[in-house]
Amino acid sequence: MTVAITGEEVVGTLDKKLKGAVKSVESEGILIQAEKILDIALCVKNNKNLKLDYLVSITGTDYIDYLEVAYLFYSLDNNKRFTLKVRLENKSNPAMPSLTGIWIGAELQEREIYDLFGITFSGHPNMKRIFLWEGFRGHPLRKDFSNGN
Amino acid sequence: MAIKTEPILLNLGPIHPSTHGVFRMRALVDGEVITDIEPVFGYLHRGIEKLAEQKSYRQFIPLTDRLDYVASMNNNLAYVTAVEKLAGIEVPERAEYIRVIMSEIQRIISHLLGIGSFFNDMGTFFTPFFYMFIQKEKLTDLLEMVSGQRLLFNYMRFGGVSHDLPDEFLPALNTFLKEMPAEIDKYERLLKENEIVLARSKKVGILSPDMAINSSASGPVLRASGIEWDIRKADPYSIYDRFDFDIPTGTVGDCYDRYRVRVEELRQSIRILEQAVAGIPKGKVLNPVPLRFRPPEGEVYSHIESNKGELGFHVISDGSDKPYRLHIRAPSLLNLTALRKMLTGWKIADAIIIFGSIDICVGEVDR
Amino acid sequence: MPELITVGAAISPNLPWSDWQFGFWIHLLIFGIGIISLLLGSVIIFIWLERRLVGRFQRRLGPNRAGPLGLLQSVADVIKILTKEDIVPSRADKLIFWIAPIVAFTPVVLMLAVVPVADGALLADLNIGILFVIAISSITALGVFMAGWASYNKYSILSAMRTVAQLVSYEMPLILSMVGVVIIAGSLSLNDIVKTQTVPFIVLQPAGFFIFFIASLAEINRTPFDLLEADSELVAGYNIEYSGMKFATFYLTEYCEAIVLSTLAATIFLGGWQGPWLPPIVWLLLKIGIVFCFIVWIRSTLPRLRIDQVMGFAWKFLLPLAILNIFVTSIFVALWPETPAWLMGLTNLAILVAYILFWSKLFKPGGKAVAV
Repeated sequence: MTVAITGEEVVGTLDKKLKGAVKSVESEGILIQAEKILDIALCVKNNKNLKLDYLVSITGTDYIDYLEVAYLFYSLDNNKRFTLKVRLENKSNPAMPSLTGIWIGAELQEREIYDLFGITFSGHPNMKRIFLWEGFRGHPLRKDFSNGN
Repeated sequence: MAIKTEPILLNLGPIHPSTHGVFRMRALVDGEVITDIEPVFGYLHRGIEKLAEQKSYRQFIPLTDRLDYVASMNNNLAYVTAVEKLAGIEVPERAEYIRVIMSEIQRIISHLLGIGSFFNDMGTFFTPFFYMFIQKEKLTDLLEMVSGQRLLFNYMRFGGVSHDLPDEFLPALNTFLKEMPAEIDKYERLLKENEIVLARSKKVGILSPDMAINSSASGPVLRASGIEWDIRKADPYSIYDRFDFDIPTGTVGDCYDRYRVRVEELRQSIRILEQAVAGIPKGKVLNPVPLRFRPPEGEVYSHIESNKGELGFHVISDGSDKPYRLHIRAPSLLNLTALRKMLTGWKIADAIIIFGSIDICVGEVDR
Repeated sequence: MPELITVGAAISPNLPWSDWQFGFWIHLLIFGIGIISLLLGSVIIFIWLERRLVGRFQRRLGPNRAGPLGLLQSVADVIKILTKEDIVPSRADKLIFWIAPIVAFTPVVLMLAVVPVADGALLADLNIGILFVIAISSITALGVFMAGWASYNKYSILSAMRTVAQLVSYEMPLILSMVGVVIIAGSLSLNDIVKTQTVPFIVLQPAGFFIFFIASLAEINRTPFDLLEADSELVAGYNIEYSGMKFATFYLTEYCEAIVLSTLAATIFLGGWQGPWLPPIVWLLLKIGIVFCFIVWIRSTLPRLRIDQVMGFAWKFLLPLAILNIFVTSIFVALWPETPAWLMGLTNLAILVAYILFWSKLFKPGGKAVAV
């Protein structure tokens, strides 16, 4: 069975500066600040006990006050899973660092989130829309998207 | 004195006999060699994730059929197990067995189609394709017996399946299972050691294990690169932990390995089917759930091993009768992440074969 | 120097009209019309044969609606093609676009001028028959390239270049395999070659037949060498932009080439019109049918090779084998002219088998990625 690694266990492996970036701890993941995503992700990937080397999926959600991006990782050798969540308060121009430097698998999923939510990922090699055509105005999966666009 | 050459921009698709659907690749070609390739997505984007937010949970089940349209039962299963996990719904024993039988039959159908198209791209003028279609037709007839449909079944429900198996189903399935291994051997005799097949697909389009993990590949593509990761063994859902089967893996990660992994998975599916048919109990097939039922607030990610890879549904519920957010982790889209690395440096003829060996379905890529 | 051809002397003396006043022109008329009608008529039959045979290989019926047993299917297809609109791309080179199908089709019909249907019954009994066939058959490649170039389409040009490369490379083994037969028969004229075959030359020259058959598969763009019209790659190759009657001409060319090369194989290696009881032309048609069925069998079974594998196969595998074949045959003919047929055939077969086993260890038709 794929068991979830608890948030406390992962927080215990981070060093001091990164511990400050953790905003809240849950049973299956942690909520962190957007700017530190690269460092924390690298940390959990390289950690010998955690070895979370497989990025499964990136989900974007529009809670009306903020946008949330959830990253799900597996460790194939240990058969464990873990979630990292990030909240972006600035809905007019949300931006955060991209994980494509570490995982190539993030490339298409981040383009999808840009296309459907409007979050730009800095450092992405090809930040353009993936499913909708160039010149489409608006980001459909937001709750305030109206069809007249 | 070197001849001055100029690369030309070639468009493979979207309307092309062998891009497996509406998919476009823009390739920069220098002579015959592809120097750069860029896939273009979105020709089949239907906004299924947005539609999910406007339909009730039960109304969304037919839409899941249309994701990977050759794996309709598996899509149903993934969505239904996700919502059952969220709401804590129990499924009767007989329904679990029926679900496993349908899922494995669907896997056989999809792999036969995938292997047939792979050889079609290679130039055997439809002959292996037709041979495999004869077996596929028998399975499609079985599924039509159960659900009335040949392609998009809409068969699973929350708490079980919608109809019980008719009486003719299990004897017909048994006949099929007895004759299928001999048929697979028949295909192997012509194609497994064929010199031309080996020349076209061995060492072509290699995906190394590190690249496979890094690019989030899953399913036969990941297993052909040597990584033993199958969700039916690693995180068993439904009743897969009761069955005894192996996970075939490849060694090198080239097109030939991907083809071999799919053929071996056919044999393993037959094993699972034999055990399931032998052990199926009697009983009811559905624990009914209200038509517009409201699952409790919360979020869940549930995954199954679909025929293309790991199909996951991330469902976020806010207590109402419509999902708040439903995200589909599509295996075909993530298997395509490494497409650029796999195709550059090869010739156009190889590009078609490598692309065919990944075996995507555009309905899932674009949703 | 003996004259290669003189008008009037090209008709063999044992035909009924050889010594009439306008005998030459009557001969030309009868045989000209006869060849063209026989060829075009047999194309209809052979298209039907191919489609039914491929259907049987794939465990299905094949065309069975148009007429009894689907015999009128080709007629229906021809009527359909004749009524299609003939579109010429606006930026295509109009003159070459128009001429290309004709340049591709005519040499194929001309090749039948030197094939005998009975003793002495051929359009022109040239004593350089095989040389004529070889020379004319190369013109088709020119027509194909003209078609690809004049279409002004990236796909056509790519495909036309591949085609010309393949056609030119496979002419070498084709020609050299025929040289072995010429050495044994002692003459270039096809009539003499058929008459010399008391034992069909396939027995004496199995390696020659092997090379001839494979090289002719490549010349007529058939699987496993049909990457030029691979509709799973560059969507129909050099005749992408053709429609209507011009496309029908290219389609016709492909089938006529298949029939003509089967005819050559039947004439040179299988004994032409010779055979007991039945009239000679029936024997010839039977042998053509058998070779054609082999071609269809290979088409429905094997996958196709890539272009660099195709070229490697021609130059590195078939060409040395053809040269070896000529060498061994000339040794036999020059030093031991009275060898019994079976000894010569057995040696040839042994050399073929040894070559295949030994050379295929060294030569692998795989390809690698090019570093970009």
